[in-house]
Amino acid sequence: MTGNDTPASVVEVKTSLGEVGYLADEPAALVSYLAQRLGKPVLVEGPAGVGKTELAKALSRSTGRELIRLQCYEGLDEAKALYEWNYRKQLLRIQAEATTDPRGAESGASERDDRFDESERAGDEQPAGHAWEDIFSEEFILTRPLLAAIASEEPVVLLIDEIDKTDQEFEAMLLEVLSDFQISIPELGAVAARTRPLVVLTSNNSRELTEALKRRCLYLWLDYPSVEREMEIVRLHAPDLDEQLARRLVEVVHMVRSLDLKKPPSIAESIDWARAVLLLGADDLDRSVFERTISIIVKHRTDLDLVAERVGVKLAEQQAEAAG
Amino acid sequence: MSSTDQRAANDLPPGLGPRLVAFCEELRREGLSVGTSEILDAFEALETVPWTESTDFREAMAATLAKSQEDRRVFDLLFERFFFRAAEAEALRQGISEQNRFEPGGELDLDELREAIRQAIAEGRDGEMRDLARLAIAAFGRRGEGSGVVGVDVQRIRRTLGLQVQGRTDPDGHGDVLTLDRESLNQFERHLRRELERTLIERTDRLPASRPLAELDRALPTSPAQDLAAVHRAVAQLKRRLATLGHEQRGRRKGAIVDVRRTMRASLETGGVPLRLRHRPRRPRRPEIYVLCDVSTSVTSASVFFLSVLHALHDSFRKLRSFVFIERISEVTDAFERERDFRRISERISREGGVADVSGYTDYGRVWLEFESEISEDLDPRSTVIVLGDARTNGREPHADSFARLSQRAGRTFWLNPEPRLYWNYGDSVMAAYERHCDGAFECWTTKHLEGFVNVVAGGAPLTD
Repeated sequence: MTGNDTPASVVEVKTSLGEVGYLADEPAALVSYLAQRLGKPVLVEGPAGVGKTELAKALSRSTGRELIRLQCYEGLDEAKALYEWNYRKQLLRIQAEATTDPRGAESGASERDDRFDESERAGDEQPAGHAWEDIFSEEFILTRPLLAAIASEEPVVLLIDEIDKTDQEFEAMLLEVLSDFQISIPELGAVAARTRPLVVLTSNNSRELTEALKRRCLYLWLDYPSVEREMEIVRLHAPDLDEQLARRLVEVVHMVRSLDLKKPPSIAESIDWARAVLLLGADDLDRSVFERTISIIVKHRTDLDLVAERVGVKLAEQQAEAAG
Repeated sequence: MSSTDQRAANDLPPGLGPRLVAFCEELRREGLSVGTSEILDAFEALETVPWTESTDFREAMAATLAKSQEDRRVFDLLFERFFFRAAEAEALRQGISEQNRFEPGGELDLDELREAIRQAIAEGRDGEMRDLARLAIAAFGRRGEGSGVVGVDVQRIRRTLGLQVQGRTDPDGHGDVLTLDRESLNQFERHLRRELERTLIERTDRLPASRPLAELDRALPTSPAQDLAAVHRAVAQLKRRLATLGHEQRGRRKGAIVDVRRTMRASLETGGVPLRLRHRPRRPRRPEIYVLCDVSTSVTSASVFFLSVLHALHDSFRKLRSFVFIERISEVTDAFERERDFRRISERISREGGVADVSGYTDYGRVWLEFESEISEDLDPRSTVIVLGDARTNGREPHADSFARLSQRAGRTFWLNPEPRLYWNYGDSVMAAYERHCDGAFECWTTKHLEGFVNVVAGGAPLTD
């Protein structure tokens, strides 16, 4: 492992993350620090929109490493995640070989026969054309995120997003990558990592991940931040926002989160909301502003009703009190 | 270990290593799967953090040992207890006592103390809370009400101080009135508990035996006395699982039918030779679910839980009809669809459900007859019937034949019983009579049971398709 860019202390990680616009709390900073020191992957879990993906992006910015992202979805397979042979290029190569090959000109009464002949040769007469050594070389590999991260000359940050969306077979395949940092390609042998990537896996906990995967990772649970911290975050991204207003806004967001909603507002949405309020030029979060902008943080019909009923009323009361 | 930094390892005091392993042993006893590799990771992590910093130490251990949110909760409970005990044991060994240092001078005014505590709790000042907890114990001790049992004393002190959780939804009048949310009140209670334990240890001069975490701390909160929010937290998790359930099975598993168009498309990659067959993906099963929930007094504790499960199910399955019953049966699908708030639903159901007739005791037989005459035409082989109840008929006719007809009409019938299997068929429980006609009968009193069951319903095991 390269020793020059590993941080010396947790505080250092925390400040460097802060410099790139990610306010990490104590556990997040510590786990990021451990990940860099121990070279272990980090599994980040938590509700949607608490900055799991953002943590990986911030790590890439703060360490100056390139971010390679693998977005998981159901049905993701090796060909999309690891590598794939470039069929078209291989075919072209074979055809090019065939036209220059004198034996190709001899055979071939009809076009159909020709093709049949060719595919037969593929099975039985491998040594005949030296194309066969060539077409399974690195030149014909299409690298996908995992192989790209492993093979990169420079150390990278590898983000495997929403790992819980994939199936268990894919997880099993990841194990080799995560523990040994190598990928076996049958035709080429194992490709080992030149540099050790910093791996971040995120999960929305929609299914239980396998023990084997968890065992290889450091675990970090990210939750919605406290009012104070979220206020800092909001003010970092909307610096023109008045402090008093920011506090009101974050408090309302917390109130909304405490309701039983289909989709509670994420941090990104509270930032968006802050910006919207700023654009509207409102200097207080009264009921009319609230009602006009509520769709920024609440995005379900039924949720809207509930929020309007609960929070809207409360706002009106507070307003009346302030006035009276 | 691959660390280049051997210094920290050498500096470890002789006692720490074995002690950490002992801690891991305790984690294992509580059901966390802590393998040797995890312990090695923990040690490796501790080499790189200053373990004199308590947060760093704790987080480093947690990141390597506790691999889920649930594990983390157990970890925190155990961590607290383990190191508290370790410190106390050491204090005992060295004969350190703080009896003399801690005896407040003047007479304590209970009202003043109460106000100070409320203030500290409201503002979440941790250190102050601890000091105040000690003061409260001292003041309380002088009144001679201590029972010597920690749990009892905590509750008595809390009551004496008049500390209560204020409902978050209540409009709280002015902006600066002190509202104590549950979290910080719990924190204060933890301090109380800990200080009481400390004085107990000093008084008796030995450590009490360490017990496994109470089941109460671990299992589902089911009794209505417990916090409804805790039930909801458990169900929220389930909701997420339900939302994506069956998806992973869809994935790449091949259907039986070849998709000609996609196969031809894929064959272009191989020069028009269809080397790879593409299949049509299998459509996930979309069951029509009928849930019948017993809400009588014999299952009160469980029905709070069941109702909230029902609530969660409504969000996840579009074709779901729910019924509640005691002596009669009544459909509550509408109530669930209109109302988002669980508390109100349970109020509505108890108010206008119209399910109790005279006695208020469950009458399963009558319920089946009613369900059969009113609803059973709607049942078809694609529908799934789920009964939540304890099958205690209070000595009335069970009408198992009627139930049998129902289960025959429906595709699948499941029974969830909130009682452990051991109690089935004891007393007035006629579980055996019904179980015969079910595709499955499950005990269901923890989230684990429930999750396993949901897996079956949503297509985990293809029973009939």
